[in-house]
Amino acid sequence: MRIEQHPILDFKNGNKVKFTFQGRELEGYEGETIASALHAAGIRTMRESAHLHRPRGLFCNIGNCSSCLMVVNGESNVRVCVERLREGMVVETQKGKGELK
Amino acid sequence: MKHREIAIIGGGPAGLAAALRAANLGARVLLIDRSDYLGGQLIKQTHRFFGSKEQRASERGIDIARELAAGVTANEKIQVMTEATALGYYEDGVLLVEHHNKITAVKPDRLIIATGGAEKNLMFPNNDLPGIYGAGAVQTLVNVFGVKPGKKVLMVGAGNIGVIVSYQLLQAGVEVAAIIEAAPRIGAYWVHAAKVVRAGVPIYTRHTIKRAYGEQEVSGATIVQLDENLQPVPGTEKDIDADVICLSVGLTPLTELLWQAGCQMIFVPELGGNVPLRNEFLETSVPGIYVAGDVAGIEEASAAMMEGALAGLNAAASLGYTSESLASDRKNVLAQLAGLRSGPVGEKIRKGLAQAML
Ligand SMILES: Cc1cc2nc3c(=O)[nH]c(=O)nc-3n(C[C@H](O)[C@H](O)[C@H](O)COP(=O)(O)OP(=O)(O)OC[C@H]3O[C@@H](n4cnc5c(N)ncnc54)[C@H](O)[C@@H]3O)c2cc1C
Repeated sequence: MRIEQHPILDFKNGNKVKFTFQGRELEGYEGETIASALHAAGIRTMRESAHLHRPRGLFCNIGNCSSCLMVVNGESNVRVCVERLREGMVVETQKGKGELK
Repeated sequence: MKHREIAIIGGGPAGLAAALRAANLGARVLLIDRSDYLGGQLIKQTHRFFGSKEQRASERGIDIARELAAGVTANEKIQVMTEATALGYYEDGVLLVEHHNKITAVKPDRLIIATGGAEKNLMFPNNDLPGIYGAGAVQTLVNVFGVKPGKKVLMVGAGNIGVIVSYQLLQAGVEVAAIIEAAPRIGAYWVHAAKVVRAGVPIYTRHTIKRAYGEQEVSGATIVQLDENLQPVPGTEKDIDADVICLSVGLTPLTELLWQAGCQMIFVPELGGNVPLRNEFLETSVPGIYVAGDVAGIEEASAAMMEGALAGLNAAASLGYTSESLASDRKNVLAQLAGLRSGPVGEKIRKGLAQAML
């Protein structure tokens, strides 16, 4: 969900761009992170843990903790909390460790 | 291989202040940050700071970050490399940096490590469910991107960060169900706590989180009261509906590079965990490696800037750069640091630092 009104901040959003999450088409803003665009669409589960297959989401949001790794444009282990959204990105839940290409 | 006089890792308040001071003395500086912006944690801090005027009190963190970053970018002695992650520092004095999928080797005469800190997690069942975040993470989402983490938040920890982020969530139109705190008293400044209390948010002291629940995502938590020995009191469990849990239980220094570089480390709980031993010049046990800011011990942005200034001056001075005001500049920074750490508020830091000196 996006903040509609804020008493002291004015959010300068970039251009609208389209991307997909698990094949579903979504919209976000250029310049925001993938994690931010997913949260705006109400999506908070980003990957499945390697051993117990538990759902995992965002935790640190500064590129440090590895909780939010996803598959982006076919590439595994992308930290979506720091990766910026671009037009046409294909974003998918990562299961387990992901594969190195 | 690139040769540089001073390399600085981390472009938060500590690294930025270090770069400016070192460059002003005449040194050539390379500033490296893994983010695609400068400012570190400051870029999400929309509240006014505390402290004296010289420590930039009553300014907002975002404005301080903008000003420091502009100064650094405009300074021709400072080369800025963003989206660049420092990977390791080796015996022969070579620093490896990953930048746009390429590895670059840099050989700096002096290295200032200012990598900041990371938020701590807390142990309880289901603490890995989506919807459970560090408080700073939520602050970034809300204040930088204008996106809500959910509808209703349980904040764990009533220190400055927990209370300030709670207030900022309210400003963003997110409900805060409660703030809980294990200690008998809140740690935050009253000015901020009063604002959330006035808005109707209950603060439960002597309480902790027993477990989170939810299937795919968090949907609530059981909280429990604690006795004098911090043990749960049976029968006092309460369920709180919340689709967001924010953990604001402190930060810990990001010290991987220091360990790897062979700096002597020591565990000091008052400083947030393992920290490097350092001398009065902020130089570690490895000659030529300096530290500044949260990586040297979790404090605040004001202290991080002062330490950065000191490390910048000292690293440049050790290369032979000097100015007429060097001695008085140094004294001035030290006096401000002492001021920040004075009184009862600074007691914990003073106690911690006393254990971390070489
Ligand atoms: C939610 C919150 C609220 C706060 N409120 C206040 C306040 O009101 N007043 C106050 O004074 N302080 C406040 N603080 C504390 C303040 O933000 C920090 O003390 C300060 O930012 C520390 O500065 P720093 O430069 O040491 O580290 P940081 O600001 O954390 O910067 C470190 C930088 O290093 C970079 N980095 C890390 N590792 C690498 C690597 N390997 N390679 C390249 N770059 C790397 C990071 O990307 C980051 O930009 C708050 C902190 C938080 C989390």
